[in-house]
Amino acid sequence: MKALAASRRHRLAPVLLVLLALLATGVVYSMIAPAPKAVAEAANADDIATGEALFVANCATCHGINAQGGPAGPSLIGVGAAAVDFQVSSGRMPMSSNGPQAPVKPPQFTGEQTAALAAYVASLGPGPSIPTEEMVDPTLGNAAAGMELFRTNCGQCHNAVGAGGALSEGKYAPSLMDTPPSEIYEAMLTGPQSMPVFNDANITPEEKRDVIAYLVAQREPAAGGLTLGGLGPVSEGLWVWVVGIGLLIGSAIWLGAKSS
Amino acid sequence: MSTSTPARAAGATADFLDTRIGASKLVKEFARKIFPDHWSFLLGEIALYSFIVLLLSGTFLTMFFVPSMAEIHYPEDALPVTMQGVQMSEAFASTLKLSFAVKGGLLMRQIHHWAALMFMAAIVTHMLRIFFTGAFRKPRELNWIVGFLLMVLGLVAGFTGYSLPDDVLSGNGLRITDGITKGVPIIGSYASFLIFGGEFPGVDIIPRMFTAHILVVPGLILALVAVHLMLVVVHKHTQYPGPGRTNKNVVGFPLFPVYMAKAGGFFFIVFGVLALMGATMSINAVWNYGPYDPSPVSAGAQPDWYMLFLEGSLRMMPGQAEFVVGGFTVPLNVIIPAMIVPGILLGALALYPFIEAIATGDKREHHVLDRPRNVPFRTAFGVAVLAELIMLALAGSNDLIATHFSLSINDITNTFRVLFFVLPVVTFWITKRICLGLQRRDREIVLHGRETGTIIRMATGEYVEVHKPLDDFERWTLVGYEAPRPREIEPAEDSRGVRRKGYRLDSFKAALSRVFYEDRIEPVTPAELAAAHSHGEHDMLPGGTDNVEPTALAGSGQDTGHTS
Ligand code: HEC
Ligand code: HEC
Ligand code: HEM
Repeated sequence: MKALAASRRHRLAPVLLVLLALLATGVVYSMIAPAPKAVAEAANADDIATGEALFVANCATCHGINAQGGPAGPSLIGVGAAAVDFQVSSGRMPMSSNGPQAPVKPPQFTGEQTAALAAYVASLGPGPSIPTEEMVDPTLGNAAAGMELFRTNCGQCHNAVGAGGALSEGKYAPSLMDTPPSEIYEAMLTGPQSMPVFNDANITPEEKRDVIAYLVAQREPAAGGLTLGGLGPVSEGLWVWVVGIGLLIGSAIWLGAKSS
Repeated sequence: MSTSTPARAAGATADFLDTRIGASKLVKEFARKIFPDHWSFLLGEIALYSFIVLLLSGTFLTMFFVPSMAEIHYPEDALPVTMQGVQMSEAFASTLKLSFAVKGGLLMRQIHHWAALMFMAAIVTHMLRIFFTGAFRKPRELNWIVGFLLMVLGLVAGFTGYSLPDDVLSGNGLRITDGITKGVPIIGSYASFLIFGGEFPGVDIIPRMFTAHILVVPGLILALVAVHLMLVVVHKHTQYPGPGRTNKNVVGFPLFPVYMAKAGGFFFIVFGVLALMGATMSINAVWNYGPYDPSPVSAGAQPDWYMLFLEGSLRMMPGQAEFVVGGFTVPLNVIIPAMIVPGILLGALALYPFIEAIATGDKREHHVLDRPRNVPFRTAFGVAVLAELIMLALAGSNDLIATHFSLSINDITNTFRVLFFVLPVVTFWITKRICLGLQRRDREIVLHGRETGTIIRMATGEYVEVHKPLDDFERWTLVGYEAPRPREIEPAEDSRGVRRKGYRLDSFKAALSRVFYEDRIEPVTPAELAAAHSHGEHDMLPGGTDNVEPTALAGSGQDTGHTS
């Protein structure tokens, strides 16, 4: 006991304690933190090599031979597997035309190739990883909580139900009506282009799932009939002129013609 | 027997009413009113019937709507899923219950809202018909004013209704109202506090809007509709120009039974179309926007279409126009787009009949409508105001235009800023040219008949097209109008060289009149027609060189557009 008591007063004791505390935090964190996709972690050297080859062939012209960035594209070191998965599976990358914003187009790589590219970029530096199936499962989320999160954080750009909206200089927040849940999650995590990053401190992983649940709930048939694009009063006004007044003036002409 | 009993009962009732309030005389008077027939005379009826549908569906809604801003939590087990457990006002919760729990509630809500949009659309088309045909001229100026007030009341009714559900969108609308109110010089903040019962949003506004929406405004509309229709009966309906139609008669069908049957049937058509829209097309799905909370504003937040011009006006205004003098903010960026611009546009519409009367100096009654081309200034003016309003409404939808046509919102806004000044001038000029051109063509047709497309070869080898002369009925419609000349005024000084009183006013009137009627095409006179016919078979077979002649005739020294 005496030795222990003495060593407690040792000069190095605080340092040791700090180290122990850090270790404990690390262990606890790794247990609490959402397990990143197991496969991605186990990303073997093969995958990374395939990914590198694909990268050099398709992406290096803009992002540089080592993804360090170039005149035509930003550095990808540290953007993480999630960013690559989002950009490549939504078809944004490889970017083709020079517009205000990289447009969505049909994806150019298979799931495996995308995973390899992601593994390669992830191997360059730590960054957000691809969410698991469970993390993006809308049935596990709370749509009502998602509604409140969505309208305070996202609606100003994406419209109240995610129908999309305009930003300055030809940029736009796209419609989220067909976006797959994993891409919704990754978009929040990586903040593509003009969209802000919503990291896990801003919106926790559970809350992200609530947002996904809300957006997926919008895809169900609307209670009131045809949604008319979910664009609100402007499209309603257009329809009342085209269909409503159109039909009624048509009938009025028919009634008028009946007499003479 | 079974048939005669109701008949006897009806007879007895009629007799009862007749002997006490003289009903039969009234009915006879009314039933024999003549109503001319034209589809555009049914536009006012669309408005009327939409209003009736609004009253019926609105009565249903009042039975379930709770006009209260008390905060509650939406039940965990009630639809829709996205609202379970969410904190909201009772007004919003009752709107959700109306939509999801009350049988037929959503249908009624949707019919009501579609009917409101239709009501305003019908009022606007009706107003356009009145304007472009000149139905507002003496003696109907007052009815124009009554109609104008009805339109304004329609806007108020729509706006107060839009604000009731207390969702984010309606709250945004109220916030803009609050901003505009506060922008009024001097009294602004007091007025806002008065309306909202304290700082925005407060807890009073929904109950207050409710009273306005279900009692005050509909009551006023109802009363004014009664005045409006009474005036239509008193003035008798106008008619389009045509053979046998003069300012002294009305050609048409008796109100009963022909017009009654048509109008009654039309009510069911209007009701049917509105029910169809309510049943199949979703409108104002408030659960998408969520309960009002002052912080979020979603993209694509717009008012109903009839308020879009105001939204556009605000969106277009550069923000730099706000400045501070001696500690007071002068928000010209609100005052100009929200007060001055709509004030000018709507004011011009309200006063137009009186302005035109000054320019024309015409004190006679008019019961025959104008063909729009025969009044180029008025038609061009109307089209310019209309184009401006449509442009403002588009500016209010600039974000949707940007996303749907892949344009930059900044470019759109800047384009609209230029168009705001250019568009009225250009549309005015083009419309006036088109009207004058059409009038010239009418003259040509009257003088030389219609082209038949048949080419014949003369003995001389010359080819000419056969023109078919008009019959008297067709000609009536084409020549039966007046082209007012600019007012002539007496000289500034009388014979003894004394300056005449009222000369300035007169010369103002003359100047106005010149703006209106400087460019004009006179209708063909009998003398001109006779001259054209005296060329023998001229009008049957005009030669190529004769083609210049009609213009020369039409000109009679006044026609400024010798372009053709
Ligand atoms: C034509 C040039 C071009 C090509 C080719 C291209 N990119 Fe990009 N990339 C860009 C630009 C520019 C950006 C930045 C704008 C943006 O985020 O869209 C970008 C952004 C990215 C980002 C997001 C970075 C971040 O900060 O989140 C990722 C990930 C990415 N690219 C991956 C790829 C991959 C993988 C490929 C090959 C399949 C590729 N890119 C091909 C130009 C290109
Ligand atoms: C400042 C405006 C802004 C906000 C706020 C915003 N976004 Fe975005 N979002 C964008 C833009 C711009 C893009 C397009 C990026 C691109 O094309 O690279 C985008 C893209 C997306 C995409 C990809 C859509 C697709 O079909 O590929 C998703 C999903 C998304 N956002 C979800 C969200 C969610 C969820 C939130 C709220 C937590 C949010 N966004 C907040 C601007 C915004
Ligand atoms: C609540 C809205 C309104 C209703 C229910 C309504 C209804 C009617 C009806 C049924 C008629 C007779 C048929 C017709 O000519 O269409 C009429 C005529 C008329 N309305 Fe309206 N109206 C409304 C608004 C307006 C407005 C906004 C204006 C113009 C500012 C207007 C001006 C007139 C005039 C001048 C006539 C006489 C037309 C003529 O005799 O040719 N009304 N209205």
